[in-house]
Amino acid sequence: MTTYYTKSHEWIRVDGEQATVGITAHASEELGELVFVEAKDEGTDVAAGDAAAVVESVKAASDIYAPVAGTLAGFNEALSDDPTLVGRDAEGEGWIFRMTVSNPDDLKGLLTAEQYKSL
Amino acid sequence: MFPAAFCVEPGASASSRLEIEWTGLFRMSDSLQRTPLYDLNLELGAKMVPFAGFEMPIQFPAGLMAEHLHTREKVGLFDVSHMGQIRIAAKSGDVKEAAAALETLVPADYVGLAAGRQRYGLLTNEEGGILDDLMVANMGHDLLVVVNAGCKVQDADRIEKALSDRCVVTRQFDRGLMALQGPAAEAALAPLCPAVKDMRFMDVIETELATATGPVKVTVSRSGYTGEDGFEIGCAGADSEKVARAILAQPDVLPIGLGARDSLRLEAGLCLYGNDIDVTTTPVEASLGWAIQKARREGGAREGGYPGAEVVLKQTCDGVSRKRVGLLVEGRAPVRAGAKLFADAEGQKEIGMVTSGAFGPSVKAPVAMGYVASEYTALDTPVFAELRGKYVPLHVRAMPFVAPGFKR
Repeated sequence: MTTYYTKSHEWIRVDGEQATVGITAHASEELGELVFVEAKDEGTDVAAGDAAAVVESVKAASDIYAPVAGTLAGFNEALSDDPTLVGRDAEGEGWIFRMTVSNPDDLKGLLTAEQYKSL
Repeated sequence: MFPAAFCVEPGASASSRLEIEWTGLFRMSDSLQRTPLYDLNLELGAKMVPFAGFEMPIQFPAGLMAEHLHTREKVGLFDVSHMGQIRIAAKSGDVKEAAAALETLVPADYVGLAAGRQRYGLLTNEEGGILDDLMVANMGHDLLVVVNAGCKVQDADRIEKALSDRCVVTRQFDRGLMALQGPAAEAALAPLCPAVKDMRFMDVIETELATATGPVKVTVSRSGYTGEDGFEIGCAGADSEKVARAILAQPDVLPIGLGARDSLRLEAGLCLYGNDIDVTTTPVEASLGWAIQKARREGGAREGGYPGAEVVLKQTCDGVSRKRVGLLVEGRAPVRAGAKLFADAEGQKEIGMVTSGAFGPSVKAPVAMGYVASEYTALDTPVFAELRGKYVPLHVRAMPFVAPGFKR
């Protein structure tokens, strides 16, 4: 499994064509405690950069973009009951949605952990 | 007091990129002004954002949610020095004359305002639109007016132009102003400033506050803009940091940013100028008719006599086509400013717009306010907000959303 990052502060962890997406610990810290998280329906086709989910703090709503093209394959239902899970473990239990990646080659255009950190 | 919250952009809604505009990724421009508490805010770990031409603390290390809840449970200190303080003194020396002069611009009863008391008001334009909301205190010898940061120059110009034949208008924009808000506010302030124990809601005094280097002169009102008991403390710019440090040294006092100020005032049902009220809304539409006292209404001792009076008097009698209401959202998804409101769950009949919306940390649910067509203003009326292509149910609810903590 490999994890890639985006400039818009998403991470995507890939195992073959199956991937899990969330927001980075840095983004989570910047946003503060979340009060609501929602993803588009399972089965929705998304292009890279399409809004696939939204995270909301008290004050602001922020779109979460699909890092690459694919099909949404499920939402982290634990976040419906407890959106603060993202704040506690943004890059683990606080994952937001799963997706099937259309073209694994697209991942090459994303950032590595080192590249993301150096932003 | 009122204003301060910060708005990303009035009317801006929807989601933003994760490059969260207010959380510090913002590039500060050199042209932004700083309050006398700027250095202290940085020392306290504030995230600063541009607001109304100032670099202001949006939140401190505790974070918006914790700051909001702390203010409702204990007490928080807010830097609101960006707001404008203006003194109005009649050339005759008679404060009633200054009050009568100000009444030509504001539809409130200031002639009837006793010394040592303050009262909310609205600056109106010729169409009855709201140019700003403000707080006016009768200081005995003159009036102390506090206006919103973004409007202060324009307000002072307007007041000076209209009143300069009878009054001396002094801008005190270099003064400090802080709000100490929450149920423990009196306990925090009284050791430094014992006179505050005898104050009730909307009283104003001039007194001294004890700091590490001795007493300094302050104006204190028992008021605020959070729905909690509390005080607003004005002082010379040079004394501001000393005053803030003395207050922060008291038990239970935390610094609070503009982010929490916005969610606190929204839960309290209070308007943010530029979002909930502006020149396109009248006092009647904004459900602020209570800010026009009997003396200024039809049949009152000093009926009308302010810009837009005909419009406002007519609307008071005949009613208006839309009004500001409180809205409680079903479910957990916040409905934000700019969301369109509909009468039906299919989005067929548009009836208004949300002007402020956030998750209410104390209400533990999303809360909003906005304008709806008059036939939808009755309490518990169901309405629907457009949110990411869906229609979310809301109900018209009484404001405030939280019980006020004022000491009457």
